[in-house]
Amino acid sequence: MESKLGIDFGKVAHAREVAHKIATQVQDFVDGYTTVAVERTLCRLLGIDGVDENAVPLPNVIVEELKDKNVLGEGALFFLGNTMVATGLTPQQIAEKVAAGELDMTAQPACTPARREEALQPYIAASMERIAKNRERRERYLQTLGEGPKPYLYVIVATGNIYEDVVQAQAAARQGADIIAVIRTTGQSLLDYVPYGATTEGFGGTFATQENFRIMRKALDEVGEEVGRYIRLCNYCSGLCMPEIAVMGALEGLDVMLNDALYGILFRDINMQRTLIDQFMSRVINGFAGVIINTGEDNYLTTADAVEEAHTVLASDFINEQLAALAGLPEEQMGLGHAFEMDPMLENGFLYELAQAQMTREIFPRATLKYMPPTKFMTGNIFRGHIQDALFNMVGIWTSQGIQLLGMPTEAIHTPFMSDRYLSIENARYIFNNMKNIGDEVVFKKDGIIQSRAKEVLDKAIGLLERIEQEGLFSALEKGIFADIKRPKNGGKGLDGVCLKGSHYSNPFVNLMLNR
Amino acid sequence: MSGGLYSMEGKDFDQTLDLKKIKPYGDTMNDGKTQLSFTLPVPAGDEAVEAAKQLLKKMGFENPQVVFHKELTKGFTFFNCYGCCTHTVDYTNIYVPKVESTVWDMAETDQFIREHIGRKIVVIGASTGTDAHTVGIDAIMNMKGFAGHYGLERYEMFEALNMGSQVLNEDFIAKAIEMKADALLVSQTVTQKDIHIKNLTELVEMLEAEGLRDKVILACGGPRITHELAKELGYDAGFGMNTYADDVASFIAQELDRRLNKNK
Repeated sequence: MESKLGIDFGKVAHAREVAHKIATQVQDFVDGYTTVAVERTLCRLLGIDGVDENAVPLPNVIVEELKDKNVLGEGALFFLGNTMVATGLTPQQIAEKVAAGELDMTAQPACTPARREEALQPYIAASMERIAKNRERRERYLQTLGEGPKPYLYVIVATGNIYEDVVQAQAAARQGADIIAVIRTTGQSLLDYVPYGATTEGFGGTFATQENFRIMRKALDEVGEEVGRYIRLCNYCSGLCMPEIAVMGALEGLDVMLNDALYGILFRDINMQRTLIDQFMSRVINGFAGVIINTGEDNYLTTADAVEEAHTVLASDFINEQLAALAGLPEEQMGLGHAFEMDPMLENGFLYELAQAQMTREIFPRATLKYMPPTKFMTGNIFRGHIQDALFNMVGIWTSQGIQLLGMPTEAIHTPFMSDRYLSIENARYIFNNMKNIGDEVVFKKDGIIQSRAKEVLDKAIGLLERIEQEGLFSALEKGIFADIKRPKNGGKGLDGVCLKGSHYSNPFVNLMLNR
Repeated sequence: MSGGLYSMEGKDFDQTLDLKKIKPYGDTMNDGKTQLSFTLPVPAGDEAVEAAKQLLKKMGFENPQVVFHKELTKGFTFFNCYGCCTHTVDYTNIYVPKVESTVWDMAETDQFIREHIGRKIVVIGASTGTDAHTVGIDAIMNMKGFAGHYGLERYEMFEALNMGSQVLNEDFIAKAIEMKADALLVSQTVTQKDIHIKNLTELVEMLEAEGLRDKVILACGGPRITHELAKELGYDAGFGMNTYADDVASFIAQELDRRLNKNK
């Protein structure tokens, strides 16, 4: 591809190499460990679901039991496999008996690996097939119904009540939305379990539960058939239950998942070791399920300055690309994040935003880039806000973004009203249609403001990547390289759920999913 | 609308400004012109437009006009409307409680603290409860500040700790005791179903139970917070939209001076 920005692709290749080394260092660490969330994910992949009499999810019951006995490092599958061979029970029956205090998995005799594998095999095959079928379902819909043109229009629903969310989501789809994201209730990212069943009470969003996923999936398929366009469903596997929510999404046919350890480390104070281990498993699942992941770099600019710190977003995109590649995600499923967050009073700010968006497009040509709207400088002046969103939409169509997360004029006031969503979709459709081929028609002046800005950001990103490679990602995060936020390697939430793998440890899903 | 470019409406009302009876201003004093938009849960059509007009009349608008309407989805219609407001307000008789301090810039505040307090003021801040938004507390506390207003961390005479988001009230209080904080700042961004009220009230109650309430300056902030609401909830001050670190820093400095020096 010819660069409109005069980007030196030799430099880009160098940046990728450095990012690859950073990602490999992380992966070397990740490979040695498991977590409570990864083990609960494996329980779910064996079909364990439901809650005990105290509403504790059965995967938590199993994993807590093993953790209390200090044997979690051998892995849930080791004990479940042994118990299945010894008792002839199914994984679900075992979980129910453990919850009732009638069975001790650790007291069962260890059988040979071959016998364990034989016992586990039908359950492993069943969940692999169910996820593969969901992927086929999506592909079939995309062939028969088709989809909206890119950038996909992404809007959120956030009523707290899944049934009210359905009304809002179907309305948005009829108005032209391509992706519906159900915002989670505030604080869910810090729960170390996933609630069960349909829910109608949430603050600022709705609980992510497997039943809520199912309800919304069905509603979007209905409205998709009505409007003749496949409607994608997005949720959030960030936080302490990253891989568990990934697997629930895979089992229920979700299409897009927020999935970013760096976001959780910086903005939720989740322990970095815990969430990077969780992230690998969740990305393996998302890769296999055909789910587009979204990364959260845009958030850096809500705390750090969008002009001065633009290179941190690009550097993080490079690292996230490499971490995703190690987890088997194809580029098309990488929704790398960036944002339109400069102060609207900045002279030529639009040119800088355009430069950065075009730069991101050229550097990650096949990625389904996720472009975030202005939030930090939305003021409550809904009239100016609507224009800020219009400028954002112009950059989106001009630079061929993948996912346009639509800004709302009422950002900073309330979660969107039905009418806010309508006005935002109308804004985007008007601009996307009216300026459709502007990117093919307009070239940028050689060494002008736009080209120079892109070069400057790329050069600074390379400098930062080289520094992170020297330091290692963990140490860089401790020093506050991203978003001006410092996080300790042994601080934050969820560290006690990290566990060194033992000699019997096995997780066959990683290989199965990577070698699909 | 085909109303033409020029308003042909009669203007046979008193066009002199009377601060005892103010009403909205469009382009002529006392015309009462107001724009508003809303959605009604009915399908689009003549009946929907009539319903919107009747609603405007009940709201106190004369000459209600629906200038645009659109069915957003089956059974929900969005309206853009204009009307002439019939209600008035006595502006001469309004009292709004405000944070009573002079707003200084960073250098002035630092200087005042050096002269009147003689040591650094210890401030801790957090976005408490389940609220994950740090944007408010960051704007007030972080070195960089917001929109050109440096945060408390940059002040020479503040020792400022930003605990970040999702901090439990218990942990917040424990840290206040540990650091012997002079002032506590609480940011609340998420306000759905009034979760912020519950959370702010809980903090006051816990401080009272610990016997700490009178020993600290307690302030809250956020887009939906007003000083009046803050006082009602038992806080010393509330900082809403368009207030910055300068406002908070000047208030804390002056309030601490008042407590330490004026009551002697």
